[in-house]
Amino acid sequence: MSGNGYAVRAEGLEKRYGEKRALDGFDLAVREGTVHGLLGPNGAGKTTAVRILATLVRLDGGSARVAGLDVASRPREVRARIGLTGQYAAVDEVLTGRQNLEMFGRLFHLGGRRARRRATELLEQFDLTEAADKGVGEYSGGMRRRLDLAASMILTPAVLFLDEPTTGLDPRGRGEVWQSVRALVARGTTVLLTTQYLEEADKLASHITVIDQGRAIADDTPDGLKNTVGGDRIEVVVAERADIARAVKVVARVSDGEPESDETESRVHAPVTDRVAALTEVARTLQDEGVRVEDIGLRRPSLDDVFLRLTGHRTVGATDTVGATGAADVAGAVDQEGAAREKGAAA
Amino acid sequence: MSGVTGMTGMSGTSGVDGPSGVDGPIEHGRAYWVLADCWNIVRRGLTHYQRQPINIAWQLGFPILSVLLYGYVFGSAMKVPGGGDYRDFLMPGMFVMTMAFGFINTATIVVYDSTKGVIDRFRSMPMSPSAIVAGRGVTDLVVACAELTILMLTALAMGWRPDGVLGFLGAFGLLLWLRFALIWLGVWLGLLVPNPEAAGGLFAVAFPLTMISSIFVAPQLMPDWLGFVAAWNPISSTAAATRELFGTPVGGGDTWIEQHALLMAGVWPLILTLVFVPPAVRRFQKLSR
Repeated sequence: MSGNGYAVRAEGLEKRYGEKRALDGFDLAVREGTVHGLLGPNGAGKTTAVRILATLVRLDGGSARVAGLDVASRPREVRARIGLTGQYAAVDEVLTGRQNLEMFGRLFHLGGRRARRRATELLEQFDLTEAADKGVGEYSGGMRRRLDLAASMILTPAVLFLDEPTTGLDPRGRGEVWQSVRALVARGTTVLLTTQYLEEADKLASHITVIDQGRAIADDTPDGLKNTVGGDRIEVVVAERADIARAVKVVARVSDGEPESDETESRVHAPVTDRVAALTEVARTLQDEGVRVEDIGLRRPSLDDVFLRLTGHRTVGATDTVGATGAADVAGAVDQEGAAREKGAAA
Repeated sequence: MSGVTGMTGMSGTSGVDGPSGVDGPIEHGRAYWVLADCWNIVRRGLTHYQRQPINIAWQLGFPILSVLLYGYVFGSAMKVPGGGDYRDFLMPGMFVMTMAFGFINTATIVVYDSTKGVIDRFRSMPMSPSAIVAGRGVTDLVVACAELTILMLTALAMGWRPDGVLGFLGAFGLLLWLRFALIWLGVWLGLLVPNPEAAGGLFAVAFPLTMISSIFVAPQLMPDWLGFVAAWNPISSTAAATRELFGTPVGGGDTWIEQHALLMAGVWPLILTLVFVPPAVRRFQKLSR
């Protein structure tokens, strides 16, 4: 590919909806053959970014290349090289799985015979052969998303956009989708995955861009991001609040930083490098000093911590305040989706 | 990008190399693909009816029920100005009503496809975007033909007899012409309303608009002002014109609009098309904004 090793390259993307800046100078570089996570709360601009890169929405400023092609000037060619799966790229619920894939195959201009053959292959690859001739309306959430993925893979795209592919799925369906995504990556597809599940980005992506209020605020590996928060910490919860001061002293001896304490939770924590030695030392010393300990352990920072550190606000809180971007529309669409599904058969 | 092993092993077609070395699309001219894409969208629409034939029954249930109610329950109390059997007068009205309500079906499917993300999926593909709307329109016309056929067979069974093949074909054409014009209203509304439930609510608006017309009752039997509105209702012109062409009672009327039903059955749908195509197209383009 002519993308200089990058399957997706966006520079200074801007998108406004009225007064709101859904994207405000957003940069992104996705290396070929990797899974790249785009992580952020609802309304951060993830979906807008994907919609621009997938040529569904025009950009107001900046530039973006996908598979080496400019999305603004060569959208048609970009479309032949991408797949899109997620909340907003759905399959037809009335048709069967096979009918869906054959229809999309013909619309990808494979011709009837090859569309039929490709459908059979994909049904097999995504483990849908048994349900192939059932209406999609009868599919489970996980099966539907797998069919979604299969439809995106008809031309074996260079870049696959997965927009919150597991939103609304139960853990089992989520596992099914993750497994499919890993299989695709093993075959060389580059994946840009948007998610608000930190666990999902951590599990699937080798690189993560954190987006908040339309800007990329961090870009690193999952481990690198965690390290920005300060690596591992030792954490002690004492039974008596009066013991907090003593615990701080003990923890300070093994820590290479300043211990912090939380009065209400009777919790003391501090960064450590030599994990196990520090843990053993602290446990022994506390016991020797007669401090009653309720809990003691080592904690790797979660991506939630990362997010809090980077943005100054929690992801959960941000999720509740939908509407920082064009996501107001988007959230509406999600509500409708459920309602539409119920009515599915009637339409 | 490399590393994708040939999953298909197919080769030797006229296709260009796919993005990842697997075979890609067949090469044809742009015009070919507009038509082929359109046909594939039509196939999808028709497959929906094949998988859920009950939908046709839902769409025809109301007109047929109306005819039974008006024809047999109210029938003996109904008069046709200028003479003639009320049931013969009523049948073309039923055909027109079905065409008029058709825009609700168009809107319902469009709103469903746009809120569910089906249209976005199509737009993310290298297919012709205009085929999405054109395919919808052609599907609706094909379905309208099927609906008219079923309704006409029903009418024949109830004793309705059109006379003359030419008149029959002309009337059939005018009915489809009205349906065609309303496709654009349907597409526009489908992209405008927020969810499928709202599209269902369109019926509440469409029903009175259809009643205040010459479909069930001749406008001259209504209070003056209402008769005036009913006579100028675009679907009244189609109703009067098809009655004339079918050779069934027209229901009189000596106003200009009623005297020029044939002309206006051609003009009204043209006006509706010209009015609703621009906002429908604009709404569709607005999806990219």
